Amino acid sequence: MKNKIDLEITVPNQTRYLSLIGKIGEDLARVVDNFRGDREALAHHLNMVLTEAVVNAIKHANAADPHKEVQIRISISDRELYIRVFDHGRGFDLNTVPPPLFNAAQIEEKGRGIFIIRSLMDSVVYKRAKGGNVLEMKKMLG
Amino acid sequence: MNLKTEANGNLMVIFVREERLDAHNSEELKAEMNRLFEGGAKDILIDLKEVRFIDSSGLGVLVSGFKNASTRQGSLKLCGLQAQVRSMFELTRLHRVFDIFQTVDEALESM
Repeated sequence: MKNKIDLEITVPNQTRYLSLIGKIGEDLARVVDNFRGDREALAHHLNMVLTEAVVNAIKHANAADPHKEVQIRISISDRELYIRVFDHGRGFDLNTVPPPLFNAAQIEEKGRGIFIIRSLMDSVVYKRAKGGNVLEMKKMLG
Repeated sequence: MNLKTEANGNLMVIFVREERLDAHNSEELKAEMNRLFEGGAKDILIDLKEVRFIDSSGLGVLVSGFKNASTRQGSLKLCGLQAQVRSMFELTRLHRVFDIFQTVDEALESM
């Protein structure tokens, strides 16, 4: 397969690394082959989904324990962009996360992260893996 | 987090001087808004012109300020949204919730 990219990044379970992870996502969008859409929009969206997925792992799955780690794998092939974010926590059920309420009288502070990821990616799955959990996100290219 | 707060008549203006407003730094903005509300401020304007990226935590903190202002019969308004930031308000429909202005001056003229 031509021009395949595989990245594996491990960071401490701390929000101070969000900017680094987001910037890696932005830079990746600028080098992927076989993408005909708006590259700056793709860069923003990868920054978004990586930030949201890593925050989700840090706060919800790993219960904000700074001694845990978050592992991120990004694979880019001709056809798809595949991001996996692994946590080592108790996890959560993706299907029980409700969509946010849009009415001004009912809006809540929290609950937009998974909605944003689902809106920007083509498929999103959260499941048990490697003694913890993995959030798998795919986006079709080409 | 780099924040600057200025009083402009009865309006308190918070300038967010960061490229990102995210889960790492947004609690500091929340603390500053709470400090102002507890000090008697009713109307707050947040200038986001230097913010290039906002995540759900950043949006959540602004919603928190909006709700806090509403319970005090005050207001939380926004200005200076860059295109990427605005796109996240639109995705989450929050552009329908907030009063959003181009600039601080435009927000002041509306009052």
